[in-house]
Amino acid sequence: MDLVAAVGLQILYGIANLALISLGLAIIFGMMRVINLAHGEFLMLGGYTVVIAANAGVNLWVAMLILAPLVVGVIGVVVERLLIRWLYGRMIDTLLATWGLSLLFIGIVTSIFGASTATTISPPLGVVSIGEYTSSAYELLLIGITVALGIAVFLVLKMTSLGLVARGTMQNAEMASALGVSTSRVYMITFGIGAAISGLAGGLLAPVTGVLPTIGAVYIAKAFITVISGGAAILAGTASASVLLGGVNGIAAFLTGPTIGEVALLVTAIVLLRLMPRGITGGLFRKSL
Amino acid sequence: MILARDVRGTLAIAAVGVLFMLIAPSVLELFTIINLTTAIALAVLALSLALVWGYGGILCFGQNAFFGIGAYAYTIAAINFGGSSWAILVAILVAVAFAVVIGYVMFYGRVSDVYLAVITLTVSLILYSLIRRTSGPDYKIGKSLLGGFNGITSPPINLPWDPSFVLFPEHVFYVAMGALVVAYLFTSWLTRTHFGRVCVSIRENELRAELLGYDVRLYKLGIFAVGAGVAGLAGVLFCNGVGRVTPDVFNLYNAALTIIWVIVGGRGTLIGPILGAFGLFYLTSALGTQSTVNNNLVLGIILVVFVLGVPKGVIPTLAGWMAARRTRRALRARERRMRLRRARGGGGRNDGAGAGAGPGGGGPAGAGRGAGAPE
Repeated sequence: MDLVAAVGLQILYGIANLALISLGLAIIFGMMRVINLAHGEFLMLGGYTVVIAANAGVNLWVAMLILAPLVVGVIGVVVERLLIRWLYGRMIDTLLATWGLSLLFIGIVTSIFGASTATTISPPLGVVSIGEYTSSAYELLLIGITVALGIAVFLVLKMTSLGLVARGTMQNAEMASALGVSTSRVYMITFGIGAAISGLAGGLLAPVTGVLPTIGAVYIAKAFITVISGGAAILAGTASASVLLGGVNGIAAFLTGPTIGEVALLVTAIVLLRLMPRGITGGLFRKSL
Repeated sequence: MILARDVRGTLAIAAVGVLFMLIAPSVLELFTIINLTTAIALAVLALSLALVWGYGGILCFGQNAFFGIGAYAYTIAAINFGGSSWAILVAILVAVAFAVVIGYVMFYGRVSDVYLAVITLTVSLILYSLIRRTSGPDYKIGKSLLGGFNGITSPPINLPWDPSFVLFPEHVFYVAMGALVVAYLFTSWLTRTHFGRVCVSIRENELRAELLGYDVRLYKLGIFAVGAGVAGLAGVLFCNGVGRVTPDVFNLYNAALTIIWVIVGGRGTLIGPILGAFGLFYLTSALGTQSTVNNNLVLGIILVVFVLGVPKGVIPTLAGWMAARRTRRALRARERRMRLRRARGGGGRNDGAGAGAGPGGGGPAGAGRGAGAPE
């Protein structure tokens, strides 16, 4: 019984982890149809922000929950103004330009902080025990934060006027701009928010994974496959794909080991895309958010 | 006529390649030759993406996956067979087979451009993290350990059917350069066949090609598989040039590099990406000798600048300039002839009005240009 609970929790953490690293990417992709290949580097920058701030004496929670999203959000807005906005409607060029950006960020961070791991910080909050097994309390917190983040995004999109304008722009940008919405500003804000959420995710994961200039590569493969498998709907897509892929990965990893877990994740995603080329929400629940 | 000029151009380039192959070893030092072998392997990889992306219009961001699979398959097969002859064939076939599986899922699932790019990239990255985990004696194929992140030492190429005669690095250079020339001739022949032209038409307008009755999925799968085979060959050459194969062949940096060669060299040409690969290889090795500027930084800037500023790539842009210059010169020559005819007599004056409408309201502009014409 304890074993089931412990394994279940581990799988749940895997799912939450997947959703956390994918949400920022999903927002930018779902709203703007821009695939941000610098996503992994946004996560990396969030991680660095936390590590540097914590080493400078800033409270860890402030660094993770406020500084990381703020810094990366600002970087996101700058990137959107300088680079992305010239490329709207040219999907492939956007893809290439953000890839260049990703290399650029890796280069800059390597030049400043060196290629090896920056001073790491240990995860706060000790452990909780489930019968004879223990689990990190910080992982539990991450699950909670992921759920809270999902709910927050849902509420912003559904309840606020910003969310309404954003959804309108997403559905029909031309009509929205004819009705007096500054679509360019909506895109800027959306990109900034997507970047901020990526920064938050990177900051939250920094104590678990440590930070490296190239750590983005660890995340992006999983984040991409989750977003693509999820399809266009931001929340439903990310949630359903995370549950499916994270679940498969967790179960396979528990039964055989982490290597097979990743293979199972990839194979599931490929089979899924063969059956539903436009992702889960391209096939099922189309009207969802 | 254009086609004939095209064929002549291809043969001329191939001849330059053969000439280079014959002369280089006697002019250059051994160290440079060994380095060149690696650069040539990368050029073959660039060629494979030039075919798949430039002609097939398939945005494959993980072309290095097939390259890496080729390198691993060659190494593992050569260790198990105790000779390289069959191993080369196995490497190419494994890369093609892998591409057929991935390609079947993508093309028959109607996965479009950007999704396709992300999926291929993801496949490459997942292979990277997968192979990195395979250290330890549990992971082996036949006699060959997979070696985790340290990789495997690749046995060098030997003479066909004679495993005891192992080629020296300077001989491997001949093999690599020869393979590059053959691969170049093969791919440019392929783009001129019926198959190749259908692929280009699919790149230009997929719906129209489909309505004309071509099975778009099959053609895409075909060119994708051929490209993977060429990339697999590149992998074989690469692990011979470097002497070992590590999981780094699958990493993001190499995936980006492959794309950058093609962007810089130019989509829609075969020689452009090859030159792009050589150029960037020497740029990155020059950068590697100093430590102030980071490699990633420079590559990132190159990629961004090219996407924003030279989206067509160097070779097509240059070709465009030359064509524009040729047209301008022809126009100028025609204008000069007209002016001469007009100056000679009133006969021209009758059709002068009609002809004047042709070159447009270009009276003043023509005069301005006329001043420069005698130069």
